[in-house]
Amino acid sequence: MTATVSARGLNHRYGSLKALEGIDLEIAAGEVLAIAGPSGCGKSTLLELVGGLAGQSEGQIEVAGQKDLAGRLRGCAWMPQRDCLLPWYSALDNAALALLNQGRSKREARADAAGRFEHFGLAGFEGARPDELSGGMRQRVAFIRTLVSGKPVLLLDEPLAALDAITRAELQEWLAPVLAESGSTVLMVTHDVEEAIYLADRVAVLSPRPGRLVATIEGARDADGGRDEVVSSPDFNRRREELLHLLRSAGGPAA
Amino acid sequence: MKLTNWLPPLLVVLTLVGLWQIAASSGFMADTLGLEEFLVPSPSEIADVLWQDRSLILDNAGTTLVEIVAGFGLALLCGLAVGVALRSSDLIRRAGYPLVVASQTIPVIVIAPVLVVWFGYGIWPKLLVIALICFFPIAVNTLDGLRQTDPEAVKMMRSLDGSRLGTFRRVEVPTALPSIFTGARIAAAVAVIGAVFGEWAGSDKGLGHLILQDNAQLMTARMFASVFVLSLIAIALYALIGLLERVVVRWR
Repeated sequence: MTATVSARGLNHRYGSLKALEGIDLEIAAGEVLAIAGPSGCGKSTLLELVGGLAGQSEGQIEVAGQKDLAGRLRGCAWMPQRDCLLPWYSALDNAALALLNQGRSKREARADAAGRFEHFGLAGFEGARPDELSGGMRQRVAFIRTLVSGKPVLLLDEPLAALDAITRAELQEWLAPVLAESGSTVLMVTHDVEEAIYLADRVAVLSPRPGRLVATIEGARDADGGRDEVVSSPDFNRRREELLHLLRSAGGPAA
Repeated sequence: MKLTNWLPPLLVVLTLVGLWQIAASSGFMADTLGLEEFLVPSPSEIADVLWQDRSLILDNAGTTLVEIVAGFGLALLCGLAVGVALRSSDLIRRAGYPLVVASQTIPVIVIAPVLVVWFGYGIWPKLLVIALICFFPIAVNTLDGLRQTDPEAVKMMRSLDGSRLGTFRRVEVPTALPSIFTGARIAAAVAVIGAVFGEWAGSDKGLGHLILQDNAQLMTARMFASVFVLSLIAIALYALIGLLERVVVRWR
């Protein structure tokens, strides 16, 4: 199930504070778009507006043909920066949360979510409490929770930011095929330049507040080979330099 | 339970009771207070009366226990309902919160006789006095607990098709449970005070009633025995809620 996402003439304010200005975006079905930019430039706000979690001040957002908030909510699954696993539920029940919300029986929901545990390297941890899992495992449970919702658009807000560098690199390599298999359209916020280029088809750069779209560059999602090989290739380095240059000239720290 | 958990409080209690025993039986307390010795009973005298009059004390304790459990139950229902209602909208919270605070400022000792006039000598006035005292900590802690809900988790639930009720049940209630249990434990400790005030305002049975009678007849040892049993009831209720909390709130 895939869907397109678009934003036209998008402006957003918090009271008198301008958060986003004149955003125009088109994301093709099945495409992964990363959004990079300095802290406070409105990246997370953009994600929440697209996901129907808040209404924009001006402009139009469309998700799979739906323009209203309820339609956007139906089309998007939002994954917050913190994993937000519920400590009173087991890893499996956390992963099955969306299915339970959708009215599926506990048994059905658990069976469906459990089917993904092995593939996600979590076999044997179904009954574990969130505080018994490592940061990387928690994040993978949160990914299952987001994916099993069956929504065509995934909104990932710095999904790997809370992890150490080694785990983050491992999960980037793990996430790339997961996103490809899901066929979802993905809008992903990240502070990490390498992560943005490695996982995305395109990287959109926002200016400091109010966030304006400065430029869009090609990502390396379709590059062949393992992560280490891809990120050390001359082509990847060229894109990284280009992105860093754009972020610096946009006027904010990149990471 | 580990020895290190219950040994320190037990030693403190035993030391205090021992000091009391020495001070009372040596006549030190009566001399210091300038009272007759029979007005200052020692722990051993109290224990003796507790045993001699056990059927009378137990019979009255049963009545008080029923009042406490029923009053506490009523407070729990009302406190939870009001806590949830105050959380449900800002308007309700702004309008209702002062009333909840006001409920705690009502001097129970004044309202109890009025309730007896309204509802007679039966269980209802006691039940209402207990409920009035217990309601506040439960309602306020329920509201505080619900307000600790992580807004990010609520947004996550909305994005994953969680209904308002589903979010309440799966996220807000579990978040609030530790706080609700704290409120319930405070309420359990003060419920006994409510029962005594309720019985003092008008009753023909119960430990509060017995204390009032014994006080008039200067039967201080039995009075202290009743107070001891009242404390035991409060401690038992407190411990029971603590135990229930450990079973229910397993993730802490």
